[in-house]
Amino acid sequence: MTTTEIAPAGAAAPEHVPYRPPRPLRYGATAGLLALLIAFPLVFPNPTVTSIGVFTMIYLIAAIGWNMFSGYSGYISIGHAAYYGIGQYTVALITIHAHLPAGWGLFGLLPVAGLVAALASIPIGFLLLRVRKHTFIVLTIAVMFIFQLLAFNLTTITNGSGGLTLPFPTWTGDFFNMPFYYVGLLAAVVAGAVAWWIRRSKYGLGLFAIRDDEERARGLGIKVTRTKLIAYAASAFFVGIAGGLYAPFVGSVYPQFAFDPTFDLAIAVLVFVGGIGTLSGPVLGALVLIPLQQYFYLQFGNANLYLIAYGVLFILILRLLPGGIVPGVTSAWRSRLVARARARQELAGAGGTGPEGAGPPGGAGPKDSGPKDTRPGAGQKDRA
Amino acid sequence: MSVIQVTDLKKSYGGIRALAGCSMSFEDKAINGLIGPNGSGKTTLFNVITGYETADSGQVSLRGQDITNAKPDKVFEHGIGRTFQITRIFPQLTVLENVHVAAQRQGFVAQARGWDSTAERERAMEVLEFVGLARLAPEIAGDLSYGQQKLLEFAFITMARPSVILLDEPAGGVNPSLLRHISDRIRALNSEGVTFIIVEHDMEFVMRLCDHVLVMHQGSALTSGPPEQVRADPAVLEAYLGAGPKKGS
Amino acid sequence: MLILQAIIDGILIGGYYALMAAGLTLVFGVMEIVNFAQGILVVLGAYLSYALYSHLHIDPFLGLLITLPAMFVVGVVIYWTMIKPIRRDRVIMSLLTMFAVGTVIEGILDLIFTSNLVQITTPYVNSSVQVGSLIFPVIYLYSFGMAVILLSALYWLLYRTKFGRNLRATTQNPTAAKMVGIDVDRISAFTLGIGVSLAAAGGMVFGSTNSFDAASSYDLISRLLAIVILGGFGSLAGALVASIVMLVIEDVVAVVWSPTWGQTTFYLVLILVLLLRPQGLFGRTAVRAQ
Repeated sequence: MTTTEIAPAGAAAPEHVPYRPPRPLRYGATAGLLALLIAFPLVFPNPTVTSIGVFTMIYLIAAIGWNMFSGYSGYISIGHAAYYGIGQYTVALITIHAHLPAGWGLFGLLPVAGLVAALASIPIGFLLLRVRKHTFIVLTIAVMFIFQLLAFNLTTITNGSGGLTLPFPTWTGDFFNMPFYYVGLLAAVVAGAVAWWIRRSKYGLGLFAIRDDEERARGLGIKVTRTKLIAYAASAFFVGIAGGLYAPFVGSVYPQFAFDPTFDLAIAVLVFVGGIGTLSGPVLGALVLIPLQQYFYLQFGNANLYLIAYGVLFILILRLLPGGIVPGVTSAWRSRLVARARARQELAGAGGTGPEGAGPPGGAGPKDSGPKDTRPGAGQKDRA
Repeated sequence: MSVIQVTDLKKSYGGIRALAGCSMSFEDKAINGLIGPNGSGKTTLFNVITGYETADSGQVSLRGQDITNAKPDKVFEHGIGRTFQITRIFPQLTVLENVHVAAQRQGFVAQARGWDSTAERERAMEVLEFVGLARLAPEIAGDLSYGQQKLLEFAFITMARPSVILLDEPAGGVNPSLLRHISDRIRALNSEGVTFIIVEHDMEFVMRLCDHVLVMHQGSALTSGPPEQVRADPAVLEAYLGAGPKKGS
Repeated sequence: MLILQAIIDGILIGGYYALMAAGLTLVFGVMEIVNFAQGILVVLGAYLSYALYSHLHIDPFLGLLITLPAMFVVGVVIYWTMIKPIRRDRVIMSLLTMFAVGTVIEGILDLIFTSNLVQITTPYVNSSVQVGSLIFPVIYLYSFGMAVILLSALYWLLYRTKFGRNLRATTQNPTAAKMVGIDVDRISAFTLGIGVSLAAAGGMVFGSTNSFDAASSYDLISRLLAIVILGGFGSLAGALVASIVMLVIEDVVAVVWSPTWGQTTFYLVLILVLLLRPQGLFGRTAVRAQ
């Protein structure tokens, strides 16, 4: 039996070491990062480089979106490519059938792509979120393949394996990538803002409670189904936007690339590596891994190596640091701070001989149990 | 006055009858104790009352209103809170956040606002002060010791001001001084009008604390009454020790 | 008549699908892990049989004497290196780990064999037996027979041996099993080995009746998962019934409507069943609370 004591009201409180860096640091870092990202294509205007930048933005939007559901609720989806593809096909179909002039107006379709994906996600989410977490994971992939099959087979709409070609935008040459990059960055900022907002809202607290203990959350009055569904739709919205940006950038939409399990793998890996469930995890993951991925793809052109590399990386992260880099680093840092705080307290003679016992006040101070993984209010750098 | 009444509740798992026509009535505004040997169905009864499990047949009513098989969130809305044998808190959230989860808000727009609102924070700190965890508010709940987690669970249950609190083995794994602390908190809340139903094995704890004791045996009610009466009842002793001399050793 | 043919095809094909699905569901029953790599392991088995046949001219059925033990070892190794070290969140972590493992295997296979479609074209692959107006492709008859043999062996193993009894005990309550001295790790490793070798057996048939490459694994794993979900995770009988039912439905729809809609029906049936019964056909309901 554990010996627990509550220190009487008069005892010295253990110094609380915050779980996150102080707010000015977080906000400053975010502003700095944003400035870097804005300046990036201006400093490196080489189209190959900015092209990598565009892909990075696309995956960044998708990663933040994916994380705001899978990371925040604990329901891992490996079928979000469904919404990626829906976004792609939405933009392609509207552009082609409405004979839209291929100009800046194209970007106005992004919210539409997101909306269509979100609407599609609602009935799907409603069905899928009734089952247990492991069945859910499996079902998400089944749904993704249904969409892929539909894309291949509804040839009158999608042109099947022939794919759809979008008209080229009116701007060309070296400048081509710029609008895509900046629109992508804007969308990513919006996604990040939404993720941040969810995190500090009462709604988001309910979502995190569901992640920790769904039945318990339900028993405390949280409307579980509704809460999960809203997050699911929000994440589908942003992944749809990512698809909607991808289609005009690449210029064509094919079933196997729109509904692509490799996309799901990439998103999952990069968010896990960065730190699933955190605000900055997806950002770190995308900004580090996607340029690497694109670079290797350009250099070696072999999709297999990329599969193998991602697979191995995923295995390593799951085994060694399942919480991801951001929580890993922050908690290691915090352990040092806690150790220092404890040393300070002992020097100051805070440990008495009462029931608290020697050393840290028995039971009244939290146990330091090493690296923790994802938690909503703690231990990560914010974007904003 | 009865606050919760269960009538002829039946619940089986395959061949095992956890509740075999259980009928009992819990007194309003009192500290009710629910005892009985292992396997008598106490936790199942709790689970059925609070909606975590569905009864095969029978009724549960709260002050006359039928709440049979209501889902856990509905039960909570009716003003019944419960703790679990194995403490269930939200380990990745901070202590303060844990308590805020239970803060109820109406309306869609309200959900979009920050969780750390002033009014709720006041109540949250009040509740944490009450159980003695206020200083630990910013700590991650998973880091807390077992006893502290138990108190945390107790804290957030009271957050929404339930009128009835079901405690499932609150004394389990807890040292004497913490236990005294918990008993005090229970009495304090009870004096404010909160009804308690406490499942416990620790007889001393039950006899000292409870106004009214109910005994379960093999899935149904055996007897009930004031602690001294129940303690002296030979049928209760028999239930705990087996069928006695009749069975043969 | 066409429909009757479709039903028979479905049953015969469902036979070897049952092998692959049985491997999947058995593993879940014993260790509560979802072997997401089952699809690519089937493909691996197919490539092994293919390699043995095209380079060493070993008949695929005979080649099973090599591939089954080899894949058994692969399963055991995967258990010890990938699954056993997982401490927390077993179900989800193992699922994701196996997803990653599957991806790595896929990459390697694609590297070795490239994306050229291949098929194990033994001489009897195209021959069939005709009874009335019904055609029974010989390969399916053999594979159905093999499935019967292997599944019977599995049944015997599970219900007539001490090992099987220990395995079933572990399925029901791993902690209790440990307490009575059952080596749960050994059982788990063995089970994954069995699951993977069953995949190899199915892979041999799959590779003989379909042209395939590494990417075929996705379709396979989706179907196998659909079958296992339908039949209930952990239920062998469920896997068997679901395999046959799903393949029959698919074949009938393919004949009546079109082959592509047949494939889609597969998933639509899954969704329908889950709408009505979230735990699958045979699975146990999720237990609430503690």
